[in-house]
Amino acid sequence: MFKKINNALNPSLRHPEQERASRINKVGAIILLAILYVFLFVLDNFLPAGSFTGMLIPVLRKGAIYALLCVSMNLLNGFTGLFSLGQAGFMLIGGYAYAILSIPASQHAAVYQYFDGGAIQFSIPEFFSSFLGAGLGSFVGSIICIIIAGVIAALFAALIGIPVLRLKSDYLAIATLGFAEIIRAIFQWNGFGIITNGSNLLRKYTALSDIRWDIGSVSLKFGTVFVFLIVTICILLIVLLINSSYGRAFNAVRDDEISAEAMGINLFKHKMMSFIISSFFAGVGGALLAMYQTTIQSAAFTSAMTYEILLMVVIGGIGSVSGSGIAAFLYIAANEWWLRFLDSGSIGSIEVSFFRGGFRKVIFSIAIMIIVLFFSRGIMGDKELSITGVINWFKNRKERKLAKKINASKEGE
Amino acid sequence: MNEDIVLHVENVTMQFGGVVAVNNLSLDVPKGKIIALIGPNGAGKTTAFNCITGVYEPTNGLITFNGEPIVRNHPVGAMKKTYAGLNADRYTSKFVLPKEFDESDDAYEKRKEALKEIDKYAFTDTQLAPTADKITNCGIARTFQNIRLWKSMTVFDNVLTAKHMRAKQNLFSATFRTSIAEENRMKEETVQLLEEQNLFRFKDDLATSLPYGLQRRLEIARALATNPTLLLLDEPAAGMTPQETVELCEFIKEIRNKYNLSVFLIEHHMDLVMQISDYIYVIDFGSEIAQGVPKDIQTNQAVINAYLGADNE
Repeated sequence: MFKKINNALNPSLRHPEQERASRINKVGAIILLAILYVFLFVLDNFLPAGSFTGMLIPVLRKGAIYALLCVSMNLLNGFTGLFSLGQAGFMLIGGYAYAILSIPASQHAAVYQYFDGGAIQFSIPEFFSSFLGAGLGSFVGSIICIIIAGVIAALFAALIGIPVLRLKSDYLAIATLGFAEIIRAIFQWNGFGIITNGSNLLRKYTALSDIRWDIGSVSLKFGTVFVFLIVTICILLIVLLINSSYGRAFNAVRDDEISAEAMGINLFKHKMMSFIISSFFAGVGGALLAMYQTTIQSAAFTSAMTYEILLMVVIGGIGSVSGSGIAAFLYIAANEWWLRFLDSGSIGSIEVSFFRGGFRKVIFSIAIMIIVLFFSRGIMGDKELSITGVINWFKNRKERKLAKKINASKEGE
Repeated sequence: MNEDIVLHVENVTMQFGGVVAVNNLSLDVPKGKIIALIGPNGAGKTTAFNCITGVYEPTNGLITFNGEPIVRNHPVGAMKKTYAGLNADRYTSKFVLPKEFDESDDAYEKRKEALKEIDKYAFTDTQLAPTADKITNCGIARTFQNIRLWKSMTVFDNVLTAKHMRAKQNLFSATFRTSIAEENRMKEETVQLLEEQNLFRFKDDLATSLPYGLQRRLEIARALATNPTLLLLDEPAAGMTPQETVELCEFIKEIRNKYNLSVFLIEHHMDLVMQISDYIYVIDFGSEIAQGVPKDIQTNQAVINAYLGADNE
């Protein structure tokens, strides 16, 4: 008995096998990430521009941004069990905060042409560029802007959360959806035009193409690397949170509110935390989306955008971070790239009469319906992707087939 | 007030619309004792529990824990008529001079005297209705009649998560792993708890995959993880085999001694109740019908009538 306890007192509490698997996963993930970043750097700078790289770069960038948005939504919907549909609103706040803070002072007159140059007359990236140089300055400046964008989105979430988080399930969804729409309407209102530029575009702010490093005559671009860097850090933070004591408390709230409260977990506090953190990362995602798009307009942040993210979360598996990531990349790639030919009117040289604008959406909807009907728990369910997991999956393939056969023969009897 | 009384429930009434689920219930749980609350189905036992643990807000009454009021309420609005005069002053500090009273009136003087006497309950607000987590934080832990384990979590995580309340880490130290020492200590304590309950070998299984009896044990382990001084057990032996019930009996006594707990339980198994309780309260239709040591309760006519039906003749 005593020996057993002492043995169990080992802080990691893991079987040596599990310990080894965890180490392989960690080291493997770092190596894979390093390879990925080298590839992205090469992709940004040295691969010849063509139709392939021309599609791959935007898809990777947008996919990464949506991966972050999905994970942030999953934190709220999947891990805390709060069915919130306010994501687009917080993205809008984040995107606008980023854009407003990073429009160069000289461009204000042009951007805010209907509002006498606007109220804010400084630019954070420009300030840093003045003593760090254009490339590094806009890198540091935009990171600070992104953080501020997240913080502002989180502040709005804190305000909205006080009334809204007292509601349950469907009512929470309706209320958050309403708030997102209100935010969109407010940002379009000309009354705040000196800050938000009313319903007009915001443009000329620091975009991904400005993240570069000029050495003499050579200019190294870091756009895609930058997006992946921010997204990786954010998702890593969310994963660390989910695996901490607070993450477990969130899960407890999701599983059973009454017993969670009876075990001393303050429901309102923990729901609020989850809501604020999720909104922070939604704001960061909105800022990245603004950087990716080079222009931003509040009219685009409709509830359809939230549904799109929700769809990705469901496809990936509610309660799985890696599932959200995979689903985001697949969705964006399919939507923006692989299924484009359905809109073009022909396959190769063969003309197909019903392939015309919008047909892609029909096929896409059917594909989604099939996924939801036959893989209702999503790609990953609530499991996570890991290197050892993949290895074991391949190793156990034969055994699974055998088990299936045995089951089938049993059922036959 | 007697210092040995851990939980003191006074005149607690819980009314849902026209239904009075608990009617003017008063009871005491002394330190280190096992007290049982019994009664036929629908007598209001679980409602009484829910009032104590903050799930419901009682319509009227006062509940103190270690002498500190944790729940108090007095009827407002339409409810007031029903319970007017039922110690309502005791549960509020808002002593308003009624218009019909005169300063010289005897009744007024009496009320003033009464108010002075209960000065320690003179609250600044009329109502104290904390959420369940605050009551758990005071040191009252409970289990549920219909097991409420966290379904998607493993046995280990179920107990570990209950330790979250007592953890000193904040969001940042938890996320950035600077409080890893505390986290490890929490895990060690969880292992110890599971070892004691013979649940350690199931630690990586889903909580809901355990057999029924073990799920009940796990719920008790989870409640103990919050470091309580008073344990409320809502029908701990429901659905258990006779053998398991005997074991449970020993087990409750064991944890009572080990953690210096006071135990307050609701139970239907009369064997269990008579064996382990030091004192028993019997309620029927929300009202107390008897109280006493097990031996007296066994022969109490009112209790027998409530359980077996009264002879009308």
